[in-house]
Amino acid sequence: MTEPLTERQRWVRRLARNGGVMAGAAILLLLVAAALLADVVSTHNPTRLTPADRLRPPSGQHYLGTDEFGRDIYSLVLHGSRVSLLVGLTTMLLTSAGGIIIGLTAGYSRRLDVPVMRCMDGLMAFPAILLAIALMAARGPGVWNVILALSVVYMPRTAMIIRSTVLSLRELDYIQAARALGRRDSAIALRHILPNCVGPLLVQGSFVFAYAILAEAILGFLGVGVPPYVPSWGNVIASGKNVIREAFWVSLFPGLALTVAGLSLNLLGDGLRDVLDPRLRVR
Amino acid sequence: MVGYLVRRLLAVIPVMAVVVTVVFLLIHLIPGDPVSVMLGPDASPAQIEATRRSLGLDRPIHEQLLGFYARVLRGDLGQSYFLDRPVVTAIAERAEPTLMLMACALLVAVVVGVPSGVVAAAHRGSIWDRTLMFGSLLGVCVPGFWLSLNFIYLFAVRLGWLPAAGYASIFSEPVSALRYMVLPAVSLGFNQSALIARISRSCMLEALQQDYVRTARAKGLPDRAVTYVHAFRNALVPVVTVIGVTTAVLIGGAVVTEIVFNIPGLGRLVISAILRRDYPVVQGVVLVTAAVYVFINLLVDVLYAFIDPRIRYD
Repeated sequence: MTEPLTERQRWVRRLARNGGVMAGAAILLLLVAAALLADVVSTHNPTRLTPADRLRPPSGQHYLGTDEFGRDIYSLVLHGSRVSLLVGLTTMLLTSAGGIIIGLTAGYSRRLDVPVMRCMDGLMAFPAILLAIALMAARGPGVWNVILALSVVYMPRTAMIIRSTVLSLRELDYIQAARALGRRDSAIALRHILPNCVGPLLVQGSFVFAYAILAEAILGFLGVGVPPYVPSWGNVIASGKNVIREAFWVSLFPGLALTVAGLSLNLLGDGLRDVLDPRLRVR
Repeated sequence: MVGYLVRRLLAVIPVMAVVVTVVFLLIHLIPGDPVSVMLGPDASPAQIEATRRSLGLDRPIHEQLLGFYARVLRGDLGQSYFLDRPVVTAIAERAEPTLMLMACALLVAVVVGVPSGVVAAAHRGSIWDRTLMFGSLLGVCVPGFWLSLNFIYLFAVRLGWLPAAGYASIFSEPVSALRYMVLPAVSLGFNQSALIARISRSCMLEALQQDYVRTARAKGLPDRAVTYVHAFRNALVPVVTVIGVTTAVLIGGAVVTEIVFNIPGLGRLVISAILRRDYPVVQGVVLVTAAVYVFINLLVDVLYAFIDPRIRYD
């Protein structure tokens, strides 16, 4: 005799059966491991300049070659994953937190709804990367400035998603019943509405994670992201741009890492959407 | 319909008000004293005071904001510190390469994306479908700026088929202009073509399930005609919206592509302005691109209402 499955076990089982989710999660775990173990598995100090070894092609000594300052690309890519994952994860958390606060407020308060959402529309009227560039121009280079800029840029969409979830739930019978029983709005929002937002938040979160990693690399590439001496994928690709004629490997490998990271998060996001919200399923 | 158009037009006003406010606030986000940051460490106190007064930074912030609104409404985006001309002039001079790049990239995205999606949907589940959809998943994930570097290495450095970087105006030297434009347009349009392919496919699948498609089949029309005439025309409607979004994304992507390919457009203008702390130029470019974005979205919404008469906005 088998016990009947709980709701949670059923979700886990459906997620485990989704190939995209599993593949995405596996790659992501690998990236996290690389970031955590970067000091152990890298072969060289990624910040040490050894001009004698500049622009060496991939070999047994330098698995992925060296850049114009003689830094080991393999070690740079490993350490670069730290910046990427830090920026991606923190941006995801900040956009979710901000999105929840703003989305719940707008969805719940009829008075604040219109002005708050008009502000979100206004923020979304900027091309994302350009607004991030402008914010970085004002604030100057630095990891935390990158995270803040990207959070401002990507938060409005999360807020809109939360708001529309709230609006679709607000008139449902069980919410009305909770209200009739005299529950306070804040209690209803936290107890009954928020749990229903978890699915859309997870889906949107994995895409924000992916966008943020990409945007961080673009900012680094343009020279307005994390400072140039910090090993990050965007910074290494930028230095590869100057030597593309002699040494294609400098930009090739960090770019591959960036593509793989994007792929894992997109697989995860697509898969989560299919499982958590079958209505949106792309056939 | 007229009511909808009027309401849609009026909705632009609050959005643009927020945009202008955000752009105004950019200068106030500079840590410390913006004027000493702008002028650098060598500026004398007298210079700093003069600049502060000329920018109106000595007045209360609400007065500054109103002044900024008034200037923007008059079409005055201020004076560039470095280029020694009005920001509006600087932007107008650099607009052509950016518009050209966006137009070519959009062409690539649509010409590659729509047919891929339609073919994949028409042969759903086939090897074509799988290959195209896996390709489009990869295409969404490949960073465009990195793709451009690899293109430069392959097609310019290795094969020598196309120039590695540069720009020529289509009006003065059409042939070399096109040769310069191929790599930037393909690398900028690539991601978007993947996105358009995915969306075209799902719209097409949706259309293929409709009753009128079954009717067309039932009356004995050949499969090809049903797919490419009846379903395709209706699947196009949502795709138009996506093309609007694409154009907006291309504005941001163009900045990066211009840096890689050394194209003298708005992207290079804004990046060099950042490095020179020429903030009025940064503000101007950001404001103009956001305005263009809002305008494109307006256009798409209006177009959408025209091509799909089923849509009622009341």
